[in-house]
Amino acid sequence: MNDLTLTANIPDADDFYAELIAAHDGLTKAESDALNARLVLILANHIGDRAVLRRALAAARNPGKE
Amino acid sequence: MRAVRGGGPVNKIFEIPLYPYARNADQDAAMPAHHRVAVVGAGPIGLGMAIDLAMRGVEVVVLDDNDRVSFGSRAVCYAKRPLEILDRLGCGQPMVDKGVEWNLGKVFFDTRQIYDFNLLPEGGHERPAFINLQQYYFEEYLVDRLRALQAEGAPIDLRGGSKVVDVENGNERATLTIDTPDGPYRITADWVVACDGAASPTRRMLGLDFIGKVFEDNFLIADVIMQADFPTERWFWFDPPFNRGQSALLHKQPDNVWRIDFQIGWDIDREAELKPENIDRRLRAMLGQDIRYELEWSSIYTFQCRRMERFHEGRVIFAGDAAHQVSPFGARGANSGLQDTDNLAWKLALILDGKAPESLLDSYDTERIHGADENIRNSTRSTDFITPKSDISRIFRDAVLDLAEAYDFARPLVNSGRLSLPCIYDGSPLNTPDALPDGPARSRPGAPCPDAPLGNGYLLRRLGGGFTLLTIDAEAPESVAADGMVATRIALSKGEDASGALAERYLGAASAAIYLIRPDQHVAARWPAYDAAAVQAAIRRAIGKE
Repeated sequence: MNDLTLTANIPDADDFYAELIAAHDGLTKAESDALNARLVLILANHIGDRAVLRRALAAARNPGKE
Repeated sequence: MRAVRGGGPVNKIFEIPLYPYARNADQDAAMPAHHRVAVVGAGPIGLGMAIDLAMRGVEVVVLDDNDRVSFGSRAVCYAKRPLEILDRLGCGQPMVDKGVEWNLGKVFFDTRQIYDFNLLPEGGHERPAFINLQQYYFEEYLVDRLRALQAEGAPIDLRGGSKVVDVENGNERATLTIDTPDGPYRITADWVVACDGAASPTRRMLGLDFIGKVFEDNFLIADVIMQADFPTERWFWFDPPFNRGQSALLHKQPDNVWRIDFQIGWDIDREAELKPENIDRRLRAMLGQDIRYELEWSSIYTFQCRRMERFHEGRVIFAGDAAHQVSPFGARGANSGLQDTDNLAWKLALILDGKAPESLLDSYDTERIHGADENIRNSTRSTDFITPKSDISRIFRDAVLDLAEAYDFARPLVNSGRLSLPCIYDGSPLNTPDALPDGPARSRPGAPCPDAPLGNGYLLRRLGGGFTLLTIDAEAPESVAADGMVATRIALSKGEDASGALAERYLGAASAAIYLIRPDQHVAARWPAYDAAAVQAAIRRAIGKE
């Protein structure tokens, strides 16, 4: 299983987005950057599939041209 | 301003006094005249409230300091549920006939169209998901309906040029002082319903406050009349070249009127922004240098997302913007206000009839505060997406927009307004616990009844304005009474459900069902089979007696 999911997959997406933004409440720019980096690493570990992660990196780097 | 409509030059409807001040007998009475209900404000919510009450036989007087419909288009987007409520009030059809239906939207980011969407409204409903209609037409059709009711002898009075300048809230009644061109007079009323808008003078006179937040932003609305070949779609721009760092919206209304909305930021010179030459510069940058148009109306607004702690205090009840305000994203202002009056009118009529305890009003607070909080939550989130409040919020917003162009998954995260849906009164004290667990979740107790085709007509048209016992392939008596309340049966079967929508929306996996439906067409209770004691208990519960 090494397909990267790029169709909608988050239930109650608005709730998630609000929680994501709220996680940054009160942080400085540097603290927010650090939070994002930790979050990427945590999610990457959860995925745990090198092929999927490689595709995700490509999709983020050049959306639509991975 | 003159405009051409219907072949000849006529005045704009919002320039015509539809209910000019006229002297009434109350002004010559030795003692303040008494009324059952006084509605303050003849906007969409006040008129809806008064019509609903009058149709229930409740004597009502509507007071407004103005004498004509709203100036400018203002609220322009009306959703399915309010249209269904207007059908019950007998004036949905002219709104839908005049309104512009739309289902398609396009989203732009910078110079690119990043995607388009279709609301794909579910089939099998009489009314569309949305129509666009100027608020002045909406109010005009409500006034027409009020006049028709008056002609039939309904106890409803609309008084223009009548400004409520003092409210005395008592235990048994309220006393209003009304200023007129002939000087002030006083009336008393069993109940006052304040539908006097966001700045509600009634709320201020009673010293009641709001909780919530003000958003530091301004929006410039321009309504322009133009022959344009844009399709009937909602176009929304994030950060376009013609309004850098801000948003913009284009939406069609009837009579070739186009609503254009520019976000313009907090620190502005209002007077300068409203100068026609400045609006003209913005419009040409957006639509092209050679457009031809006539400016019908322009306005700058800022907004707040907040509500009152309680929606009634003594003998004064608040509805619509007077009770709660939201950002305009998602069309939740007028739409939720009509759901307030839909919820309130039958309860107030029963209380005045002595059929329900005054404590039934507490359920108006519970249910409509639930609705207001849902609307405030949704519209606040849209606002935060459209105008990010921090650098990191803007970074995520722009990332979502960048990804949405290439990937389906990011599109549900794009939030330029979550369009208004009626709220489900989960947890309401008027609900009887769900006894049809195999039934669809969408029609559980507390939910507004979904429409469905029935023969040549539609289900909601058959419900009327009282309690209904809807049976689907189930036996029950033709009516059930409890504590002086009567629920009238409507017997349906799968045989008349050619489309299958009735079964899908009311049966789910069940083979038969009985629904107790409230006068506002929300589900109070449901069962797999008839049980007289259970139905009677549910009726008592739905009128606040259990």
